[in-house]
Amino acid sequence: MCGICGCGSSTKSKFSPLKPHQHSHDSHAHESHGERLIRVEQDILAKNDSYADENRAYFQQHGIFALNFVSSPGAGKTTLLVATINALKNIRPIFVIEGDQQTDLDADRIRATGVAALQINTGKACHLDAQDIGRAVQSLNVPDNSLLAIENVGNLVCPSSFDLGEAHKVVVLSVTEGDDKPLKYPDMFYAADVMIINKMDLLPYTNFDVARCIEFAKRINPDIEVLQLSATQESSLGAWLDWLNQGR
Amino acid sequence: MHEISLLESVLDTLESQAEQQGFTQVKQVVLEIGELSCVEADALRFGFAAVMKNSLAEHAELLIIKVAGQGVCPKCQQTVLLETRHDPCHHCGSFGVTVLQGQTMRIKELIVV
Repeated sequence: MCGICGCGSSTKSKFSPLKPHQHSHDSHAHESHGERLIRVEQDILAKNDSYADENRAYFQQHGIFALNFVSSPGAGKTTLLVATINALKNIRPIFVIEGDQQTDLDADRIRATGVAALQINTGKACHLDAQDIGRAVQSLNVPDNSLLAIENVGNLVCPSSFDLGEAHKVVVLSVTEGDDKPLKYPDMFYAADVMIINKMDLLPYTNFDVARCIEFAKRINPDIEVLQLSATQESSLGAWLDWLNQGR
Repeated sequence: MHEISLLESVLDTLESQAEQQGFTQVKQVVLEIGELSCVEADALRFGFAAVMKNSLAEHAELLIIKVAGQGVCPKCQQTVLLETRHDPCHHCGSFGVTVLQGQTMRIKELIVV
């Protein structure tokens, strides 16, 4: 049988991919049933990736340091952003894009700090995509040399696949979750450059093993940078703020 | 369920290919899915008919070619077959195997009319 169209011929096919499907069987040509083969060889995410490349080029041209914050729901991304904004807002311009399936509640929390935020409701979708971010950046009118914080939908699965054009994905994991999360959601910990272990002040009340968590994360991604802090305690933010100020 | 978004992206590609290459109907879609990619082949199969409904690929057949995960060990430099991204090297037990193959999510080819 022909492996290309299942037409029943036993002859091996020889065809030119971009021409009509005319591999020359002894008995018939495929054009007779009007079918042809088209070689596409394109990444499924090619469209998203091309928008992401455009975003990345725009960010580079304008000196915008874009970070994509990802975590499970409730790990403390918004609290971390609010604390970060309060520490840095007088030093550099900061803009926030909030992604949630529903409500403006997170954007309201950010706006209460005096910083501009745009809420994107993804509806049924479980992640932000690069086109969302391109549109949001234009409508927020983000000035040059800003810090752009993108808070993705709380989900450790889907956002790992979607490049938004950010400089880094920052994965936030709190000690009230399992220390084995890096192994359970490896794609996200592989995609991230930084892992923040949050809610460290609650560590005595949990059985979260910090060393084990870091070991698991490094199995997935040996180069991942790890920071430990409590977003509710300003004094614990030093290493994180230093990392941000380096702005790499 | 990002498989639906991925399938919508596949449909976008089919539509732009139809314009470029002048076809009106897709009979078969061949995808190459790596074992280490973050997509579940069964979920793609499950969503395919729903996403392709009322499109040029309605009733198209979906063929998924799986690509095995493979990497190279940073310590012993041997080639390692990987079932997951964090499998240790099965020669020396080291973690951090550099993935070389098995992360793809590609639209390989189409049969069209």
